[in-house]
Amino acid sequence: MSTHIRKNAPAAAAGKPRLTTSAMIASIAAEGQRTKPAPFGHALVALARENERVLGMTADLGKYTDLHIFAQAFPERFHQMGMAEQLLFGAASGLASEGFMPFATTYAVFASRRAYDFIHQTIAEENRNVKIVCALPGLTSGYGPSHQAAEDLALFRAMPNMVVIDPCDAHEIEQVVPAMARHDGPAYMRLLRGQVPLVLDEYGYTFELGKAKLLRDGPDALVISSGLMTMRALEAADLLRKDKVEVAVLHVPTIKPLDEAAIVAAARKTGRPVIVAENHTVIGGLGEAVAATLLRAGVAPAAFHQIGLPDAFLDAGALPTLHDRYGISAEKVAGSIKAWSDGGAGGAA
Amino acid sequence: MSQLGHNIPIPERARNIRRNALRMGEVQGQGYIAQALGIADVLAVAYFHAMTYRPEEPEWEDRDRFLLSNGHYAIALYAALIEAGIIPDAEIETYGSDDSRLPMSGMASYTPGMEMSGGSLGLGLSIAVGKCLGLKRKGSDRRVYTLFSDGELDEGSVWEAIMSAGHFKLDNLIAVVDVNNQQADGPSTSVLGFEPLPQKLEAFGWFVRRVDGNDIAAVQAAFDAARAQAGSGRPSMIVADTLMGKGVPFLEAREKNHFIRVDAHEWQLALAALDEGKPS
Repeated sequence: MSTHIRKNAPAAAAGKPRLTTSAMIASIAAEGQRTKPAPFGHALVALARENERVLGMTADLGKYTDLHIFAQAFPERFHQMGMAEQLLFGAASGLASEGFMPFATTYAVFASRRAYDFIHQTIAEENRNVKIVCALPGLTSGYGPSHQAAEDLALFRAMPNMVVIDPCDAHEIEQVVPAMARHDGPAYMRLLRGQVPLVLDEYGYTFELGKAKLLRDGPDALVISSGLMTMRALEAADLLRKDKVEVAVLHVPTIKPLDEAAIVAAARKTGRPVIVAENHTVIGGLGEAVAATLLRAGVAPAAFHQIGLPDAFLDAGALPTLHDRYGISAEKVAGSIKAWSDGGAGGAA
Repeated sequence: MSQLGHNIPIPERARNIRRNALRMGEVQGQGYIAQALGIADVLAVAYFHAMTYRPEEPEWEDRDRFLLSNGHYAIALYAALIEAGIIPDAEIETYGSDDSRLPMSGMASYTPGMEMSGGSLGLGLSIAVGKCLGLKRKGSDRRVYTLFSDGELDEGSVWEAIMSAGHFKLDNLIAVVDVNNQQADGPSTSVLGFEPLPQKLEAFGWFVRRVDGNDIAAVQAAFDAARAQAGSGRPSMIVADTLMGKGVPFLEAREKNHFIRVDAHEWQLALAALDEGKPS
């Protein structure tokens, strides 16, 4: 869609319900969903109580990355670097080189796009023990491309030394924080902030760095997913069960290093299509990583599909509208899986 | 002050640094020789007057840190590290060659005494801010010295770091900007003007000394004044006006000298010119 088309006046909205746009502090939780507040902030406080090397740093987004919880608990261990992301990551490298373990937060767009070279050279190339924690991953803001980090996984996957984690919910974020600390080296985590959905506790799930976990099994389709798309895949699987479609969901929170063995093992089960679902552009993220893994292993599933964001600058608007529009709401995911599990070739790309 | 060679005068150190740089340049036949000759006096003062370190223990916790932001000046810093006894003299002949610890652009993972991976210009001061915060956090009174080039003043990140160092009152930071007025595409002041530089830096809360970077006594005085800023809450910037090719007249005279080629027979002439020019 071109800019010119976007500038056309919208069609008359008479009679349509008015959706409230997603404010920057909005939670991605659905109404009535179980949530936990600021799991990253609280987990970082718990970690900092045990590890005195832990610091918090931000580029004027402490409140919006749940780092304010840490700043309140440990004001003397919090560095406000101002709205200067290049400085944030360069200084984080410097602090790490002096033996500290900075958790540096901003939005995913600013880390992956504005400060990429600083992270590449001062953190990844120098192999500094910096933890990068970024809110608004993929399509979790309605502000348009300025705030939508559709390509962050592709960019950080391509960076040597960088561990890349895309957690699903509050239960997982709480476990990722200490796991990042146990890993000696740079790591990037996509952050869900505010009132964060609580889902994986009901699956008896435990996060392990570099491990994919099969959350449910089923013969009709295999969904391989990360981040909030695992939540959507589980919701879709519940919806489809009513239609007698049984869906397997393999959750892959660590994008790098990728658990290739678990992916190959799950995809080897013949007869079911493999569907990769990610809150990310279909270019360079989990979908293409899984496809390459399967090709290298000589595994050809019955069919291979991607659910993800298109190669386009995404629209501004309300998140529920946008998630429907780009096919990543639970209902749309369920529809795609159903179409692909029925006949193979049908459904969206 | 280094533990080695208290009796060797700084000008002699500077000449040895130039000599080491020329010997490395000869290995490749080309390189950032003119910058190395220009900054040699500053490095001699840093390593043999101002800084505390242990040559045999480059990562000694109580050392002063030295960050080379302009990674292409690696040839100059290697020359100083060799003179300081941190890198063996025998490695000169490996400069820029495969599997050498002395790559053309400086990287932390390759070379003892190289504290950062520079080369992508504009990184050093940001790292320095973090190291200064870290040293203060540890209660250390050591300093972070950072060398960068006037061309790097074009980079926005440099100004982020300049603003923050003033804001955080990093009086353990001593930065040196090499104003040789030469960057890749031409004279720095015409590529993107940065003057009046001292006034700009002072407005950001810095202590500034502008000196002839090839006047060793003046450079020493500037380093001393900067070191005296401990406790002042002001980071220090030494604006060092240097002459590219300094000490080798036929290289000083070259106009396009950002990355120079020197004919095989000229290296001996250059070394001879250094000796003729005593004291540097």
